[in-house]
Amino acid sequence: MVLSPADKTNVKGTWAKVGNHGAEFGAEALERMFTSFPSTKTYFSHFDLGHGSAQIKGHGKKVADALTKAVGHIDNLPDALSELSDLHAHELRVDPVNFKLLSHCLLVTLALHLPADFTPSVHASLDKFLASVSTVLTSKYR
Amino acid sequence: MVHFTAEEKAAITGLWGKVNVEEAGGEALGRLLVVYPWTQRFFDNFGNLSSPSAIMGNPKVKAHGKKVLTSFGDAVKNMDNLKGTFAKLSELHCDKLHVDPENFRLLGNVMVIILASHFGREFTPELQAAWQKLVAGVATALAHKYH
Repeated sequence: MVLSPADKTNVKGTWAKVGNHGAEFGAEALERMFTSFPSTKTYFSHFDLGHGSAQIKGHGKKVADALTKAVGHIDNLPDALSELSDLHAHELRVDPVNFKLLSHCLLVTLALHLPADFTPSVHASLDKFLASVSTVLTSKYR
Repeated sequence: MVHFTAEEKAAITGLWGKVNVEEAGGEALGRLLVVYPWTQRFFDNFGNLSSPSAIMGNPKVKAHGKKVLTSFGDAVKNMDNLKGTFAKLSELHCDKLHVDPENFRLLGNVMVIILASHFGREFTPELQAAWQKLVAGVATALAHKYH
């Protein structure tokens, strides 16, 4: 799967609209994922997962900052995400199926907050982008 | 078998009552075909699917989307018996239509995204969770008679 120039434009455009709501959207996506897909909570037994949890907010910011970096280096995701890729492979070892669940909840969050911008084409580009990020993050698993 | 609490049923039914099934159906099927282009394999006779705008404006896509979502309404009315409700449709999708059940999961998630974009903050995490259960239940029910 390759991101076309149009995909990259769509992703950058959407992320610009996210502006400084990245941390908030990241936290919301995580909360939605924990609520809809309870098995994902198994990776966060050390967190307070209640609504409004400071740990979820903090983690949402981490996720958003990583995506911001990815958007900024969209032409070379493997390089930009190399450390995160190592982290997920050797320390976190999150089963690959969970990246689809978080990606879906990120799309839900973006569609909810930016409905006018979330056209079918933008939806497709974002889905491809998140799938590409997920592939890079699981690329060193074995 | 998937089980819904009284609260989940009320929340799902409440939201469904506000959905324009015709519009949402066309949008759901259209987005499926745009975001996951390989799903177009089932619709060779639908005419022009050459671009997102062609797909979203295609009258056959809209009509079929409406059909699909109207059928989904049966799920909302029969949350305690999804397998029974969709038994015949399951046989049809396996024996005649030859649709990989993964496509039901893809469409279900597209529907959830559309609900989010239409209802905004009303589509709370809890409401999303109830709908995720429903679309997963429908996907499972539609795959149940596969052999």
